[in-house]
Amino acid sequence: MYARQAPRGGSITKFNLPAVACNARSAAVDMGAEWGILHHMAKYQARLSRTFGALADPTRRAILARLRQEPGASVTQLARDLPVKLPGVMKHLDVLAAAGLIERVKAGRVVAVHLAPGPLREAISWLQHYERFWSGSLDKLTRYLEEDV
Amino acid sequence: MSTPGIEPCLTLVRRIKAPPQTVFAAFVEPAHILKWWGPDAGPTLLAETDVRVGGRFRVVFETLDGERHENGGEYLEIDPPARLVMAWWWASTPERRSRVTVSIRPISSGSELTIRHEMFFDEAARDSHLWGWNCTLDKLERLVAGRNAIQPRPTT
Repeated sequence: MYARQAPRGGSITKFNLPAVACNARSAAVDMGAEWGILHHMAKYQARLSRTFGALADPTRRAILARLRQEPGASVTQLARDLPVKLPGVMKHLDVLAAAGLIERVKAGRVVAVHLAPGPLREAISWLQHYERFWSGSLDKLTRYLEEDV
Repeated sequence: MSTPGIEPCLTLVRRIKAPPQTVFAAFVEPAHILKWWGPDAGPTLLAETDVRVGGRFRVVFETLDGERHENGGEYLEIDPPARLVMAWWWASTPERRSRVTVSIRPISSGSELTIRHEMFFDEAARDSHLWGWNCTLDKLERLVAGRNAIQPRPTT
């Protein structure tokens, strides 16, 4: 319909990470070559996909919630409270483990299951960088519109 | 009925003393975008918009740390001055798309602006939106907060 361009253009030659990415990633940019960053981001993306894929199921979320209450619960204990039979629980645990959301530790005949919150923290950092982007931008937007209009 | 889901999604609400038309224009008019886009006091250097469904936009800005950032997007829904839906990506990773929904409703003092930013990490995520999942950042945060309760694991 209508295309417009504002002046003050600049050429973009630099590789950009998402704006206001978390500090660890900014530091990585300083050090890394572009291919390294791309590889890193691709892996990051794949991890996020696995995380949220794993979280898409209510039984798996119930397992995580239970593990939060009771770290190190055994597989048998977990199965007892769920409307799923043991083999089903095992499958869900496999998905959670593949996503890195849990770790299983075998002690004799008992398998203890622990939460591993790393992948969730990564998802939170995705949210945090957009939270920073938007809250900063909207502060500026509010000032701009309220002062100039 | 919506399934309680967990997905990365961010919602911010602001009240602005300006009419919805003005707020809407601030999102699509390059001259306005240059005045506010970007998280800190760093300058916004370039803004281009092609405001039609399927049209694209591009914004370049610098943050105070000296980093230059470019983000692009595509307009998915345009309903001025109430609603604007955009696909969103960073120029460095154009395959990683997220979606931003801007909703503007008139209130007595001006406008209430709601920004919802959702991640699209793959097809499954896109489909999940069709199933009416909730934005459940709080659940995610509770899960993460639960890490404090994790006891040291026995070494094997």
